[in-house]
Amino acid sequence: MVETYRIIASPEETNKRLEDLIMKQLAQEINARFNELGVEIPIEEIEERLDKMINKFKVPKEEARRSVVNYFLKFHNINRNEFYTGGQSESPMANISDVAEDGKWVTIRGKVVQLWDNSHESIAQVGLIGDETGTIKFTIWESSGASSVEENKSYLFRNVVVNEWNGKFQLNVNKSSSIESIDEEIEVGNTTVDFMGAMVDIQSGSGLIKRCPECNRALTKGACMEHGKVDGVYDLRIKAVMDDGAFIQDAILKRDQVEEITGITLENAIAMAADALDQGVVLEQMKKLLVGKYYKLDGSKIERYLLVDSIAPVFSYDPSELDELIAAAEVI
Amino acid sequence: MAGYTREVAKRVFAQEFRESNLSFKDGDDQYAPQYLLTPTGAKVNRVFIVGTLIEKEDIGTDSEYWRGRVTDPTGSFLIYAGQYQPEAAQILAECETPAFVAVVGKPSTYTTGEGDVLTSVRPESLHIVDGQTRDMWVIETAKCTLDRIEALDDTSANSQKAKEYYDPDIRHYSSMVAQALKSLNETY
Repeated sequence: MVETYRIIASPEETNKRLEDLIMKQLAQEINARFNELGVEIPIEEIEERLDKMINKFKVPKEEARRSVVNYFLKFHNINRNEFYTGGQSESPMANISDVAEDGKWVTIRGKVVQLWDNSHESIAQVGLIGDETGTIKFTIWESSGASSVEENKSYLFRNVVVNEWNGKFQLNVNKSSSIESIDEEIEVGNTTVDFMGAMVDIQSGSGLIKRCPECNRALTKGACMEHGKVDGVYDLRIKAVMDDGAFIQDAILKRDQVEEITGITLENAIAMAADALDQGVVLEQMKKLLVGKYYKLDGSKIERYLLVDSIAPVFSYDPSELDELIAAAEVI
Repeated sequence: MAGYTREVAKRVFAQEFRESNLSFKDGDDQYAPQYLLTPTGAKVNRVFIVGTLIEKEDIGTDSEYWRGRVTDPTGSFLIYAGQYQPEAAQILAECETPAFVAVVGKPSTYTTGEGDVLTSVRPESLHIVDGQTRDMWVIETAKCTLDRIEALDDTSANSQKAKEYYDPDIRHYSSMVAQALKSLNETY
């Protein structure tokens, strides 16, 4: 498609020169943007097309620009979204901990911490992405056409939209978004929380449990939600309800912490259950040991749960705190 | 607010609990939770108590119905556990008195023929604990009570309601807290 056009000179020379200048600038912009996408288009070629539109066919500049861009996009087989996102419409970079507004567009730099199974055909991938400030769930929609991500690799999620559901925020990767792999190690900061309070309850599904050997989910009545009846693998876990008189915090203790805090090892627990012919005795014993006492926990918060990294019983108060409280009570 | 959220277990001393008599429901719904408002403005649907179980008695006629008395430095709580609180009733049946216990339960009120309102606790759980845990509870309950006393002048609905209904003597409750705290220094 090599065509040549004669420039038709405008009667007013000065005006024409100005127009020329604007057009050149436009052409340069287009050339630069295509350059970023790795396509070299000779600036003369762009100018020529622009000139034809603007000067010969009296097309408004913005329209001309769009038409020319579209022509080259089609010619080089580039996705429109790729061209327009990242340009001047680039969403602002945000830290994950700052993501707190429904419907906002952001760009996130982070590491994929975890990918979850997803069952829905219109979802390509679901998982958790983290940066130094925290973690957040993301959903990559099939329709986004975005490249797929891998666990423990870092990416730039461009132009993703924040979505609020049930009071929690998540990121949606849609067809205006793009995912770019970046070669840097990101230290994922957990939204670490510590909590001190009384353990007021231990929920069902705690104590000695069985997990699915395939997906590690806890079994309910010997069956896995996903894989049906399976031979489960024993594990220890506690879902505790912590309460400090002002707030409730659900906490999950994994086997290590359960063994540490209760002194009941997995082997002991299995033996206890075998003796009693009942798994429930383990939970009962754990309740007896733990409920009603004070603990200090810390860990990372994922949705409503605190995934506990460490737990320690609190047996004593600070005597200076007692004196301060007495003083405070006396001045009222 | 979507979904169900568990009610926080409030920390209240026995004396304040005994002096409470305003019980109400939030909303007209049959399943709306029941609350007890205390003189310092705690809106209680669940309490957490750690104290000494000093008496227990099976007062049931057909089936077991246990009454226990749990003391803290300011007075005592009455707890009632029957067939619908099997775990707590079982522990009450088996344990010795005196013993340190931790109780998580719901407040309930009973109006006598003379029109007096008696408060008690229906335990969801009752466990044997130790003296250190009890001391921790006294500190924590003192702190929570002082916070409420200080917030009585706030515009929050609970503070306003408590002030209007009880017209509480602030000195009465702050000296209760001071007394409870000082008792910790005496014991050991």
